[in-house]
Amino acid sequence: MSIFEITIVILIISASAYFFGVRKIVSLSAKYKKKPDSLMKYYGKNAVIWAFVPAFSMLVAYSFLAPVYIETVFIDKLSKIFPEYQQSQLNLVYAQVQNIASGFLESSDVQLLALSEQLTSWNEKAQSTRSWVILLVLIGTSALGYNKIKLRFPARVKVEQFFERLFLGAAVTAILITIAIVVSLMFEALRFFEVYNFFDFLFGTHWSPNIAIRDDQVGSSGSFGMIPVLAGTVLIAFIAMLVALPIGVFSAIYMAEFAPRGLRDIIKPTLEILAGIPTVVYGFFAALMVAPFFRSIGLSLGLDVSSESALAAGAVMGIMIIPFISSLSDDVINAVPQSLKDGSIGLGATKAETIIKVILPAALPGLVGAFLLAVSRAIGETMIVVMAAGHAANLTANPLEAVTTVTVQIVALLTGDTVFDSPKTLSAFALGITLFVATLMLNIAALTVSRKLSEKYD
Amino acid sequence: MTIDSKIQVRNVNVYYGNAQALYDVNLDIKSKEITSLIGPSGCGKSTFLRCLNRMNDVIEGCRVEGNITIDGENIYSKDKDPVLLRARVGMVFQKPNPFPKSIFDNVAYGPRIHGLAANTTELREIVENSLEQAGLMDEVKDRLNESATGLSGGQQQRICIARAIAVSPEVILMDEPCSALDPIATARVEELMGNLSINYTIVIVTHSMQQAARVSTRTAFFHLGHLVECDETNKIFTTPNDKRTEDYITGKVG
Repeated sequence: MSIFEITIVILIISASAYFFGVRKIVSLSAKYKKKPDSLMKYYGKNAVIWAFVPAFSMLVAYSFLAPVYIETVFIDKLSKIFPEYQQSQLNLVYAQVQNIASGFLESSDVQLLALSEQLTSWNEKAQSTRSWVILLVLIGTSALGYNKIKLRFPARVKVEQFFERLFLGAAVTAILITIAIVVSLMFEALRFFEVYNFFDFLFGTHWSPNIAIRDDQVGSSGSFGMIPVLAGTVLIAFIAMLVALPIGVFSAIYMAEFAPRGLRDIIKPTLEILAGIPTVVYGFFAALMVAPFFRSIGLSLGLDVSSESALAAGAVMGIMIIPFISSLSDDVINAVPQSLKDGSIGLGATKAETIIKVILPAALPGLVGAFLLAVSRAIGETMIVVMAAGHAANLTANPLEAVTTVTVQIVALLTGDTVFDSPKTLSAFALGITLFVATLMLNIAALTVSRKLSEKYD
Repeated sequence: MTIDSKIQVRNVNVYYGNAQALYDVNLDIKSKEITSLIGPSGCGKSTFLRCLNRMNDVIEGCRVEGNITIDGENIYSKDKDPVLLRARVGMVFQKPNPFPKSIFDNVAYGPRIHGLAANTTELREIVENSLEQAGLMDEVKDRLNESATGLSGGQQQRICIARAIAVSPEVILMDEPCSALDPIATARVEELMGNLSINYTIVIVTHSMQQAARVSTRTAFFHLGHLVECDETNKIFTTPNDKRTEDYITGKVG
């Protein structure tokens, strides 16, 4: 049976488990003239959980693990046939056999054909075993669940427990995946630091990752000082915040305190559209319109503006972040109680005085949080800077020059032909972990600052 | 029209959108005494109170018709600035709403925005004087720089009263100032009101008839947006003219 057919069978059995479960408790209740512990429907639900969950988990586990198991055993077998082969060569042979077995590849090699036939028969065997194992589990656990139904069985509590565990499982999965990503980043980064000094990476002021793949190539020594790259990131994020913070916060103030309802209903969705524009669109907006615009302005002022500049990328990134800041700030400002505003207005303060002296201080913790979250977004933003900021790792504070950022370098390092164990590729992971640590620290700072500030007022 | 009336209200109608909240209200409020506004929930007494310092202006869709004069000046005339009016007519709200600032900054808020103090010494004088008048000085004099939100509910409400006094208003409006306070704090605020009425005209909205009887010289009874009657507090609580007032104060309705 295919996975699809097995799933259908599981679903049918689970559905009927509900009816049988309810029927059993109804008849038990009638027989002993007693009410069961829980409502009838919970006995049905409990039966469904017993029927569905073990069989379905088994199906998922089997489908993932069986191919891995077959591969391990088969390669083991291959290593006995070809004792002189390396592990990578064995993998290659296995891939070949697999392709022949599934008909993607034709071969006249007798040995390979025989092997592929063997693999096919293994696969078929695995598939039929799977059907049997799962049907057995399905029927076994369904019967067990059915058997558990008694008048004194606390079905509602059990169902509740099941859902609690389900939600816990989802939460744990999310955390585990995060940890897995960080750990894998870290391992690759550590491999990089085996070949390149950690402090040279952290404090080096020269970034040129061009490293030779063959030993006889010219210019084979790369340089991985990340300061210029980090400086570029900081410069662009700074420009972006310079654009986004005033516009975002002021527009939020206008929306929350001044705008009549009708206008607010127009401004808010418009800003949300801004948030929905894909970053690649912002990217070519920056590269094709904003950068040339700044360049021509610069020319008329007698300034030399490079065609890819930190200014253009930062400004457009700022525009991208405006809706982020304004909607967070809007929420924060609206959360300031009306009674405080009334108190200030009632003392004869004007609207502007009320905003500056009462609303903004009261909203400050939230605003700081919004600001730091926006900064970490600016640091992690990729597409705009890839298209508009340039690739040259200049160590400069001049926003009119091209700079490069951590994200741009990661893209550059990992696209195109790469070798996976060269320092050039590995340095991307080191950059990645740097970026991760930076945004992590910003987020922690955001949390601490807003907690500190709100403690002061509560 | 009596000579010593501070506030005169003539033919006032108030609408929230299409719903009318007050119908043709006429009332004289006398200088330097306490006037209570009583009535069942939703009768318009708070709406009426908010007319007196134009706090209704900040509510979207609220419209006020008619004339309200303070010392003979129409506060709703076009050339009147509501911001200046609110400096003359202070307000204390139902829920204590101190700003999330220090005690000193709370009381200094009004004087600062209205430029009432030329220097820090004067400002400190105003603040201390207001706290003194609000009967709070002894309790907070050692912690003027601590957050006002850390005080008890009753203290917070008296901070709000001190804050209102600090702008030296002529009238103080109080919208159920004791409804969030316990009996002891309520007693202190009522005592304070009695002291303040020597210098200020006070209008108070209250749900508690006992409170109205205890603190006020005159009482106005509102019912369904109409001002039913206004008279000496004693008279209202003993021999009201209107059947509706009698029903309300004897607990038959409301």
